[in-house]
Amino acid sequence: MTCDIILCGVGGQGGLSVSVVIARAAMAVGFQVKQSEIHGMSQRGGEVLAHLRISDREIFSPTIPKGKADIIFAFEPLEALRHLSWLSVERGTIVTATTPILNIPNYPDLDSVLSEIRKIPRARLIDADALAKEAGNTRSANLVLVGAAADLLPVPPQAIEKEIAVLFSRKGEAVVKANLRAFELGRNIQHA
Amino acid sequence: MTQMVLSGDEAVAQAALDAGVVGAFAYPGTPSTEIMEYLQEHVGDTAGAAGAVAQGPNGVIRVAQWCSNEKTSYESALGVSFVGRRAMVSMKHVGLNVAMDPFVNSALVRIHGGLVAVVADDPSMHSSQNEQDSRLLADFARMPCFEPSDQQEAYDMTRSAFDYSEAHEVPVLLRITTRLAHARALVTTAPVRAISGLGKTDDPYTWILMPAMARKQWASLLAKQAAFRTDADAASRLEPGSKELGVITCGLGRAYYMENEEDWARAHGGERPTHLHIGRYPAGTGKIRTLASHVKRVLVIEEGYPYIERDLRGMFGAPLPVAGKMTGEIPPAGELSADSVRAALGLPRREGVAAAAIEVPGRPPQFCQGCPHADSFTALKKALEGEAEFFSASDIGCYALAAQPPWSAVESCVDMGASVGMARGAASVGQKRSIGVIGDSTFYHSGMTNLLDAVRYHSPMTLLILDNGTTGMTGAQPTISATSQLPTLLEGLGVEKEHIRVLEAHRRAIDADVAAIREELAYDGVSVIVMVRECIEWLKKVRKS
Repeated sequence: MTCDIILCGVGGQGGLSVSVVIARAAMAVGFQVKQSEIHGMSQRGGEVLAHLRISDREIFSPTIPKGKADIIFAFEPLEALRHLSWLSVERGTIVTATTPILNIPNYPDLDSVLSEIRKIPRARLIDADALAKEAGNTRSANLVLVGAAADLLPVPPQAIEKEIAVLFSRKGEAVVKANLRAFELGRNIQHA
Repeated sequence: MTQMVLSGDEAVAQAALDAGVVGAFAYPGTPSTEIMEYLQEHVGDTAGAAGAVAQGPNGVIRVAQWCSNEKTSYESALGVSFVGRRAMVSMKHVGLNVAMDPFVNSALVRIHGGLVAVVADDPSMHSSQNEQDSRLLADFARMPCFEPSDQQEAYDMTRSAFDYSEAHEVPVLLRITTRLAHARALVTTAPVRAISGLGKTDDPYTWILMPAMARKQWASLLAKQAAFRTDADAASRLEPGSKELGVITCGLGRAYYMENEEDWARAHGGERPTHLHIGRYPAGTGKIRTLASHVKRVLVIEEGYPYIERDLRGMFGAPLPVAGKMTGEIPPAGELSADSVRAALGLPRREGVAAAAIEVPGRPPQFCQGCPHADSFTALKKALEGEAEFFSASDIGCYALAAQPPWSAVESCVDMGASVGMARGAASVGQKRSIGVIGDSTFYHSGMTNLLDAVRYHSPMTLLILDNGTTGMTGAQPTISATSQLPTLLEGLGVEKEHIRVLEAHRRAIDADVAAIREELAYDGVSVIVMVRECIEWLKKVRKS
């Protein structure tokens, strides 16, 4: 069993903490894990990309080969389109937030971005911002997305909940609760 | 024995701590920065302004400090080695160019306390201005070089590099690359070694590189080369397999090869290629010859330059076909990937989902919301409005982002400190309004000596020091000197007091800033304008902690 995950977004969206939650949960239930990310220049509002590989056997490459990703988590819709070449044609699923980050002058028309994503089989477009707000913390949108793909991850939701609690424990009970709720709201979404 | 999830950088740092490192020194630089950050967090409880200091057992002082630049870092590490303690210096690849003088000469002294120089290369230039390969610089210095292929090896090799350094009385260069430095995996640590107290070296002549002694030391270094090669050969791993193909991997090349090995075997009757992995340099010849005598052709997979490949090919050609970066099977530029290695192995390309029907525009990095640099460049652009003749040289740091539209406010970005020297050089031959734009950290790193040149020759230039109190690009590390000290420092360097202007880098001060910049551009001598406001990232970091 192998689950290869691409996480992408815009610098400052906090996608890397999601990678940590999934990675720790996977390790806690006995999987091997490799995580790769690039820091530096990309922190400054540019595109960010992280790879997360989970497997029950030895993982070699720190990055995912093209066409092998099982999931693309996109915290921003245009970024979902940027990394399609990684997505497996047979089984890959895009799970993307629908709210754009408009920090470039030539951002394409949002409707055409979303309709391009809809063309890809199994794509899940999530209004993560709205659900995060409902959960009580607008910064929890990333965990809405993780919830929306919980059925695709090789780890039980309880293991992820445990790691969410650990990661946010320093920020107080309210933040932990909101993030757990965001994860739950994501899980409750029915996919076509 | 403990298991921890560590990045390559963190694995190196943890290994250094477990190996009993006593002095660690660095200047921030992607992808090496996290080594020092981890050391400072873990070396002790008392973190100073620019570094962590801890009082260990038996009164041992352990330090983990950011320094002015890589050269000063390296020399501090040498001092620690001289007095018999273990030392580490870490930097990015281009930082080694700055430290080249102590680096090359340190191979000639008789290293006492183990000295490990960790150099993080950045193939693909994710956050760098070139993709030089530090293995060749180790070779240049005749120094042994260790190159881990994963996080576990990063830990293990750092540990053994200290032992090797002490056993052979030579520094060891540990080379890592971005994808290793910034990827995380489970690492098993080994028992902590007690901090050794060798005391001062008993033969100081082996540290005095005056000609007579240096010649002796050089001979002694050359005499060690055979052992380096023999040890490298013994440490390399040969897995016999198919006669059809021999694969030589170095560093992360191994991971990308292993990702595809099974597919190759499946396509070739179940037999795997004959595989040699090299993790130490200068490479030995034994196992390479064994491999060559067994296979019909060789593919070399290494991150960086074709270093092993070039040796293998030689001047007269290898007796069997060698494929790699020099023949184009592996792309000569950029980092390796499982995909590029797959193509080099002759395996069919894997296709992902087809590109979208609409164009996906790039999203280049840009100034953070509220960044003081943005306000400084607004002021500079306004001050230059209507001026046909100017030269605006920039430097290494976030402010180089002003090279892009909509700013297009600087015309060069070459190396640390170059803005000052280039503006001065151009000014000295008649370029009008010659401007250098540099950050405070980069100024302390390599700008000050250039400014001395400008003062000595009264070169008509204006230097803008964008003083945000931090090294911003690498995640906001403290600079070596405080903002309040900068005017005194500039005066000390000989800049006239009335041409040292300290301004606020803020929208609300724009009119005054523009006027001051115009005044100084009109001055026929050296002027320095310090644009002051804290880095937004740094403020966030302070608030968090």
